[in-house]
Amino acid sequence: MSQNKVDQYRRQFLTQATAVAGISLAPGVFLNTVHAKPADQAVSDKNRWGMLIDANKCASNCDKCVTACHVENGVVPADKIKHETDAKWIRKVKLTDKQTGHVQTIPMMCQHCENPPCVDVCPTNASMKREDGVVLVDKHACIGCRYCMMACPYNARSFIHEKTTEQKYPRGQGTVESCTLCAHRIDDPNGPNNPACVDACNAEGHKAMWFGDLKDPQSEISKRLKQYGGEQIRSDLGLNTGVRYQNLT
Amino acid sequence: MVALALPTVVQADSLAPEPPKAKKKYNEETICVEPVAEMRKDHMSYIMHQRDDTLRKGIRTKQHSLKECIDCHNAPAEDGKVASASESEHFCSTCHTYVAVQIDCFSCHSDKPENTQYRHKISANDNYHINVATQSLSSETLEVLSNNTTEGQQ
Repeated sequence: MSQNKVDQYRRQFLTQATAVAGISLAPGVFLNTVHAKPADQAVSDKNRWGMLIDANKCASNCDKCVTACHVENGVVPADKIKHETDAKWIRKVKLTDKQTGHVQTIPMMCQHCENPPCVDVCPTNASMKREDGVVLVDKHACIGCRYCMMACPYNARSFIHEKTTEQKYPRGQGTVESCTLCAHRIDDPNGPNNPACVDACNAEGHKAMWFGDLKDPQSEISKRLKQYGGEQIRSDLGLNTGVRYQNLT
Repeated sequence: MVALALPTVVQADSLAPEPPKAKKKYNEETICVEPVAEMRKDHMSYIMHQRDDTLRKGIRTKQHSLKECIDCHNAPAEDGKVASASESEHFCSTCHTYVAVQIDCFSCHSDKPENTQYRHKISANDNYHINVATQSLSSETLEVLSNNTTEGQQ
């Protein structure tokens, strides 16, 4: 049994133990409910943030999640003209069943793996996973080698080719970046708040995305996953992604 | 050698950088977030420590945050103009140009105060970000800054 497997087993055991303790307290009162994290407190592995996407509810002609993400995080081309090399933190992917002609679209972004290949290959430890499962790039340490971009099975990372110092949020020419699961919103002392894409999807009325704590059995996302299940894209790689999909055909 | 070196020192003194005054006091005792003398010497250590805590641990306290440095030290002038890092009037540039130490903070961080209303706002307009970026500070931010303005300290 590899070390990873041992860790996973221990983690599951502890989660179950906590869940039992939670139930025994009192009906309706649980130990691990979501609390806003004070600003001076570090994130912990008591949470694992994840996302659930219902492919059936995702409208094929809508890309509001993409717009919202790029507005929120200031992902705009330096000269305000769109290029092929522009960063894409999230994109819409179209899936067509050749047999039936059925078409689906899903938003695709960093899947926030439990065992991220991008972290494995990074020579400077710039590509990293926070305790709460959010996979980030530490641009202070990133040398722009782009190994992580090649290692990522989801094509989730982008390289910043152009100078961005004229922007409201400059993003560091020559570094790699990707979806942060809106970590700044998760860390909000009034939060944890939904990522921008989820808020935009709800605001549009599609309600195809849920954000929440995968380790909290009482969270909406955990309940849905337990009831209906959720697929990982490329589950064969054993990465245990934090972003799950439903109703993929 | 001494005779040659001395005039240089005297001349350098007269050209010593005069960074713009901060817009408010952190508290009455230390003035800045740490004692001023310590900040002049060790500001980079505080900022670097904070950056790792924030990025890797999600600790988002404001005392040693670069964003707060900029909000206070590079606040808009009376005419509403805000210096960018490439200009000599910028708080950081005044000294860093003088000692020829290049900083790359501003290739990833904004060199101008944050419009606090900007974050967490989603607009259907594709060009929202670009529009905001080309505008100066919001009236709310300017109001907050002007209310907190006190004179004659750094």
